[in-house]
Amino acid sequence: MKGSREAERTGTAFRVQQLTRVYGEGPAAVHALRGVDLKVPAGDLVVLLGASGSGKSTLLNILGGLDRATAGTAHFFDQELTAMADVALTRYRRHHVGFVFQFYNLMPSLTARENVDLVTEIADDPLPADEALSLVGLDHRQDHFPSELSGGEQQRVAIARAVAKRPTVLFCDEPTGALDSTTGRQVLRVLQDVNANLGTTVMIVTHAAATAAMAHRVIEMADGAVRNVTVNETRLSAEEIEW
Amino acid sequence: MVSPLDRKLLRDLWRMKLQTSAIGLVIAVGVLLLVMMGGLVNSLEQTRQAYYDRYRLADVFAPVKRAPDHLLTRLSEIPGVAAVEGRVVGGALVDIEDQTVPVRAQAVSLPAFGEPRLNAVYLAEGRRLDPRHMDEILLLQGFADAHDLEPGDSISATIHGARHTFRIAGLAQAPEFLYSTAPGELAPDDARFAVIWMNEEALAAALDLDGAFNEALISLERGAQAPAIIDAADRILMRYGGTGAYGLVDQISNRFITEEISGLRVSSRSVPPVFMGVAAFLLYIVISRMIEAERTQIGLLKAFGYTSTEIGWHYLKFILLVSITGALLGCALGVLSGQALSGVYRQYYKFPFLLFRVDPGSFMTAILVSVASASAGGFLVLRKIFALAPAVAMRPPAPADYSGSARLVAALKRYLDQPTRMIVRRVARQPMRAFASTIGIAVGMGLAVAMLGVLGGFDKAVSLGFNVIDRSDATVTFVEPLGEKTLFELKRLDGVIEVEPFRSVSVVFRNGVKTHRGALSGSVSPAELNRAMSEDVEQVYARKDGVILSDPLARKLAIQPGDEVTVEVREGRRPVLSLPVTGTFRSLLGAPAYYEIGALNDALNEPQRVSGAYLRIDAANETEVYEAIKNMPAVAGITLKADARQSLERMMNEGAGATRYYMAIIAAIITFGIVYNSARIAYAERAHDLASLRVLGFTKGEAAYVLLGELGLITLAALPIGALIGIGLAGAIAAGFSTDLYTIPADVGPDSIGNGAMAVIIAAIIAGWLVKRDVDRLELVSALKSRE
Ligand SMILES: Nc1ncnc2c1ncn2[C@@H]1O[C@H](COP(=O)(O)OP(=O)(O)OP(=O)(O)O)[C@@H](O)[C@H]1O
Ligand SMILES: [Mg+2]
Repeated sequence: MKGSREAERTGTAFRVQQLTRVYGEGPAAVHALRGVDLKVPAGDLVVLLGASGSGKSTLLNILGGLDRATAGTAHFFDQELTAMADVALTRYRRHHVGFVFQFYNLMPSLTARENVDLVTEIADDPLPADEALSLVGLDHRQDHFPSELSGGEQQRVAIARAVAKRPTVLFCDEPTGALDSTTGRQVLRVLQDVNANLGTTVMIVTHAAATAAMAHRVIEMADGAVRNVTVNETRLSAEEIEW
Repeated sequence: MVSPLDRKLLRDLWRMKLQTSAIGLVIAVGVLLLVMMGGLVNSLEQTRQAYYDRYRLADVFAPVKRAPDHLLTRLSEIPGVAAVEGRVVGGALVDIEDQTVPVRAQAVSLPAFGEPRLNAVYLAEGRRLDPRHMDEILLLQGFADAHDLEPGDSISATIHGARHTFRIAGLAQAPEFLYSTAPGELAPDDARFAVIWMNEEALAAALDLDGAFNEALISLERGAQAPAIIDAADRILMRYGGTGAYGLVDQISNRFITEEISGLRVSSRSVPPVFMGVAAFLLYIVISRMIEAERTQIGLLKAFGYTSTEIGWHYLKFILLVSITGALLGCALGVLSGQALSGVYRQYYKFPFLLFRVDPGSFMTAILVSVASASAGGFLVLRKIFALAPAVAMRPPAPADYSGSARLVAALKRYLDQPTRMIVRRVARQPMRAFASTIGIAVGMGLAVAMLGVLGGFDKAVSLGFNVIDRSDATVTFVEPLGEKTLFELKRLDGVIEVEPFRSVSVVFRNGVKTHRGALSGSVSPAELNRAMSEDVEQVYARKDGVILSDPLARKLAIQPGDEVTVEVREGRRPVLSLPVTGTFRSLLGAPAYYEIGALNDALNEPQRVSGAYLRIDAANETEVYEAIKNMPAVAGITLKADARQSLERMMNEGAGATRYYMAIIAAIITFGIVYNSARIAYAERAHDLASLRVLGFTKGEAAYVLLGELGLITLAALPIGALIGIGLAGAIAAGFSTDLYTIPADVGPDSIGNGAMAVIIAAIIAGWLVKRDVDRLELVSALKSRE
């Protein structure tokens, strides 16, 4: 997979066919995904919208290699994620994927910088931690512990941590969910920059419909399936988004 | 550069420093005991061997009444005999100013010129005997030290009824007197037992044994069999009043130290594993709770692409750090306490030198054992890490599922307030966890209760022995069995209230191939002053129609009431008797056998003989009585009960017995470690909840109640289980430490249980107080922010 970084900035990053995910069995079974079909071109900034429970997180988890599908296929470029063994999935996450979570999920016992190092440590060609932190405007807070940072700052550290390994794709599950509008815009700005400057494919799950305005591509989900895909002709910058 | 995960490790260790040090300490104590006891076994065995070899300790001892010197040549011709030495030994009474009654001594001859071929002595101070001065002696060093005697001083002693004054030429020790007690006593007392080495000619003259010997010492060639040589020696010496040769295994000093070493070996193999088990258990709990708390972090690491192995290794390192640190500390402390204790042993057993040396391999073993047992706990937890799905990190923290406890709580709802319901819910939600903590605390308490029970058993035995069994004030023993006339002489003395005779015959009990070398006690029936007692404090009456054996003896000989026991008498005419066994009893101390004194004398065909007598003495006339007895020529010695009691108590408290206190302290440490750990973990898990409670307006006290109530509940549940564990453990410990000579009684009474429970409760209160302090200091904002 290595060595094809340039190739991974073009082409189709994800190709999803009839993806199904069922939690549980029998009468208690929950159909989180009921046959999702989707294509995500490399380099796109994608926004996923949809009602609560429509399956956004489930889809993201499967594409990110955190979870497994019940049926259907998902390809990352020419590799079939749905056919990968655990070891291969771990390698996929290690080399290609960055995550940003709603609840920041920083290691409380590590400083901002050390949280970033946690990832650069196991990456092949990472950004230096201070560079990643300055990308999110936090180079001056490197030695602070998560408990000493505000929510938005913690989220920016989480983004720095995610981009530091120069991932091919960056998955963000409600990255601004816990943030106010100003901080939220700052975080979105960073994501937009990462997409524009590093060419990383970014997928953002959000409830704030207005965020869609900054995406190349908007995917609306309902009831475990893709209802609509819109490609934006013109995009707004993060600062222009109505909250 | 230190990797970020390692930093997390170090910070976690620091954050949990009290907890991890408690665990490390438990490991350290286990390793300490392993290294210390193993080292002591090692050192005692090696030193003993070196001492025996260097001073040529005999392999066979053959006491005889009077044998002409030329018999030594015949003894040396027995095939397998390497060397023979004849010597003269006898009892003596040493007069010491600060002692109410004369001190018993053993007089041993040394050849006038040169070294003895066997049983040489180690000269600690002064010089060897000068053959020109017949009145010179070497004195046992411990005795000399106890009375501030030095070379150049004089002492006076009575040998064979005649008084002698001796000049001390030097102070000495010998491998045959490693453990030296006055005859008939259990505990050694430096002040009350002496050994006098003196010129052979002088001692022979004093004992009327010129040109003869009364003890032959024999050493064996490599590979020679002791029993065959003992038989051959017995045949040669029979006509001269041989009382039966015996091997080194039956030599009293050697027997004591052998039992001490094997006791140590048993403890070194059985006690440390308990500590390792407890430590493994604690580590398991700590790590599994840590992993529980760090689920999201682990999921996150997995999401980043860390493999399960890498993450598992991270937690394993935590375990390794704690266990290796603990083990290293234990090694260091083990060497230190081993050195200190070998000083005590050196004093107690009269070794001229005792180097504490640990076999380097045993350090490795100690470290490996602690790492292995600690990791055993860890490996169980690693499964959880491997099973954890990375998607956990993506989910917001799921509220803990308390639905299972809903019904229970609903039932109790009417009776419980809200905080109490929270306590019950928590316990009900994870009953296994509460159970594990309960068992942990109970084990700690069980250890404490068992130690206290064994302590109590000792004290009870001592107090029973001296208050109930032995109601005399003094015991007089005669040089040889005397007629009953002597009893009248004793009775006539002013101040003697009561006299009770006894006969003690040294014998070998035999049943087929099973033998036991010991004594048959002839006692009056019913006895008043010295009453045989069974374990449940029932008087055992000697009978005319047969002997009564103590349980350990009956077991060793495989004899039951109704059987006959062969008794080979080792004194006088040395008859071999066949006596019916009429009963057995559970003895409190030792392995005695009783027979009615008249019947015993009849069987021996020596009517109306007594070996000694128990006396009750009017305190007002004490001194006069002792003075009068001292001057009776037939008296071999007199033991005051008060003195004997004091030496025994001192041995229990200062000597090897002191380890018991050590153990009790250690049990307290373990208990505290477990209690504190449980409290600490409960706190860590609930800091967030507690902060929420405080935000909702609960007071610090109420918040603490929720936390400490759980601890209280678990502690209370642990008390009865701890009592049961204690009772079982005390039995096991007593059985493990009991030997032929000592039956260790375990007596877990209400006081041991009460005190054990008290210790647990105090530990719980201290632990609770430490945690309560943290609750009070809880920073609401940061507790709510952190999701740990
Ligand atoms: N581990 C699980 N077990 C059972 N059902 C689950 C599990 N995870 C998700 N679900 C169910 O799958 C469906 C889709 O969940 P998902 O988390 O993907 O929704 P979502 O679109 O991300 O919603 P939200 O916007 O609330 O985060 C929901 O009905 C949810 O209840
Ligand atoms: Mg979601």
